[in-house]
Amino acid sequence: MRNGLQKSETIAVAMSGGVDSSTVAAMLRADGHTVVGLTMQLWNQRRLSGHEGMPEQVQGRCCSIDDVYDARRVAETLDIPYYVVNHEERFERDVVRPFVSEYLSGRTPIPCSLCNNHLKFDQLLIVARQIGADRIATGHYARNEFCERRQRWILKRPADKAKDQTYFLFGLTQDQLSRTMFPLGEMSKPEVREQARQKGLNVLAEKPDSQEICFVPGGDYKRFIDAYLADQGEALPDTSGEMVTTSGEVVGRHGGIHNFTVGQRKGLGVATGNPLYVLEIRGDKRQVVVGGGDELLSPSMRVKKLNWVSVPALDAPMRVQSKIRHRHEPAWATIEMAGPDEVLATFDAPQRAVTPGQAAVFYDGDEVVGGGWIA
Amino acid sequence: MDSNATTPVLPEVRDAMRPCFEEVFGNASSIHYFGRQARAAVERARDCVAALLGCRAAEVVFTSGGTEGDDTALFGVTRPGDHIITSAIEHEAVLKSAHVLESRCVEVTIVGVDARGLIDPGDIRKALRPNTRLISVMMANNETGVLQPVEEIGRIAQEAGVLFHTDAVQAAGKVPIDVKAIGCHLLSISGHKMHAPQGIGALFVSKGTLLQPLLYGGNHERRRRAGTENLPGIVGLGKAAELALAGFTDGSVERIRALRDRLEQDLLSQVDESGVNGLGAPRVPNTSNLHLDHVEGEALIIALDLKGLAISTGAACSSGAVEPSHVLTAMGLKPEHARASFRLSLGKHSTEADIDLALGLVPETVARLRELSPVYKKQPLAAGR
Repeated sequence: MRNGLQKSETIAVAMSGGVDSSTVAAMLRADGHTVVGLTMQLWNQRRLSGHEGMPEQVQGRCCSIDDVYDARRVAETLDIPYYVVNHEERFERDVVRPFVSEYLSGRTPIPCSLCNNHLKFDQLLIVARQIGADRIATGHYARNEFCERRQRWILKRPADKAKDQTYFLFGLTQDQLSRTMFPLGEMSKPEVREQARQKGLNVLAEKPDSQEICFVPGGDYKRFIDAYLADQGEALPDTSGEMVTTSGEVVGRHGGIHNFTVGQRKGLGVATGNPLYVLEIRGDKRQVVVGGGDELLSPSMRVKKLNWVSVPALDAPMRVQSKIRHRHEPAWATIEMAGPDEVLATFDAPQRAVTPGQAAVFYDGDEVVGGGWIA
Repeated sequence: MDSNATTPVLPEVRDAMRPCFEEVFGNASSIHYFGRQARAAVERARDCVAALLGCRAAEVVFTSGGTEGDDTALFGVTRPGDHIITSAIEHEAVLKSAHVLESRCVEVTIVGVDARGLIDPGDIRKALRPNTRLISVMMANNETGVLQPVEEIGRIAQEAGVLFHTDAVQAAGKVPIDVKAIGCHLLSISGHKMHAPQGIGALFVSKGTLLQPLLYGGNHERRRRAGTENLPGIVGLGKAAELALAGFTDGSVERIRALRDRLEQDLLSQVDESGVNGLGAPRVPNTSNLHLDHVEGEALIIALDLKGLAISTGAACSSGAVEPSHVLTAMGLKPEHARASFRLSLGKHSTEADIDLALGLVPETVARLRELSPVYKKQPLAAGR
């Protein structure tokens, strides 16, 4: 296995202004590559300012002026060309819109995966190739390498398991993987911060990690949906309805299905003796199904819109470890095809809060076998 | 090839400015010898700018640049309850100011342009209201170079008894300017677009036009602009104005026109599915705005910059990303054509070698961009590369 890196080729680095991608640019530059810094302008952070509950100025978020400023200063320090490329239209169409409509349909989306699939490793890679860079490097914590035996590009969990971002990268195609470098894959976060200091990026070395969804200030997605629809001149659809138990008993009403996520306990507005959880959201009936914690367990799940990474296709049932949300400890499961683009995953032990709209990523050891979206 | 963004300071301009850093360092408002020297330099420069614009020296107010001139014009003559007319293709310095005025109870009408990028003076006439105070229409557009019918608009303003401001930032030095022929009351120019340094500009304010200043303080510039004079900048602008005026008769403007025409014609013949934005309209001689279809202007700029050729597209937003051009959009270009457009603009420093460089780089880069854009997904890198 090898990562196919040639010395002194032109590499585009996706720069966010954070310590990870900045360090990537610095390391590649020090290795003697021709480095071009690119930042994607994806979302105008001030667009929804002034709408109820939305902050006037957003500091330190993706695409904010501050982050672009930081990225540009890094590029100046490293003496590399740097450009901001505008992909706002595409981001709104492929990430923000689906994010809103998923919630309104009763699912819980992960925009980061959509952004990786449609923007970072698609549009940005196109720009990179157009400007003469055959590869793109990012600050993701992941590893990729070409396996001669299987003749496939393999996506692997990074050395620093705590920073593993492969969950958000399962959608990468073979072509995208062949043109992508993850230089931080063998490093731990403290090592990255140390590298940043050594490369003269002292201020950034102390910059905190970003956590929340970049276009949702403060993580309040409900307010974001309200503000976004108002900005579009659209009314928030009425998705209010009944709150029911698994046996069909109506125990209350709710103000809209987008306020709920499977596994949620707080804010249900129903008082009973035992703690109640959201078990299921029935988008078509606008029903929120609630029940006890033991009812949250699922023995299996169906996964659609698949992308296979280490295998060309799933020919026979396979034993994998399955990760069903970002902070989930992968659980043993057997996966088998259940339709043309659908997998049935049967867990060894039932899993809690399997959430439609989230990604399911299948691992074989450190390797990403493939993944899809929980139906 | 981005002279509409900025131009280098010409050697003659630099030489004229040099004494301001060494010998003539007085404050032009001081009474003593050094002050008088500085004052004399300022007034000589004012004469040169007045000659370029065809006005009296007393009608020239030095500013920090085009934006200050535009802002002073718009904010300086309007009051709540007034109405102003401007166009969809103005520079942000006018459009944003108009937007702010709107929030201060000034009514704003924005007239459109036709497919060539031309404003119809009839639209201006139709937009007039009893409370119309000001018309602000640019003389030449920064993106397309299209020259607007400012003399006709000036006549309409005169007949209606309305003030007329024209942003001539992109016209100065490229086409002759005569404020009397235009019939304008206010006209702004910027130094760095005509080979003077950045940070200096001038606003023509016709005699009798009452203007509230933007900056309050001392009695500088006949109380129309407070603040100690930017002596080196003013002297530089004066020299640049003198050279600009000479350029209309010494052949230098015609040389630039010939360069532009060769560049434009050769590019259009070498790149298929291409065309001129603003075709059929009178244009300044240095600017060429082309659409090269199936190419992202943004990628083209970056690819060419990495090879040493500086061109431009649209306007940069605060992050530096390219936004769809409001000028091309107003001309009715489809988004894909607007995105596939870019601007080449020349200056006195431009040479035949620059044109050759562009003709060598643009067609091959366009070819690569077109090849990569739709099909790249079908060509994974060879395994084990």
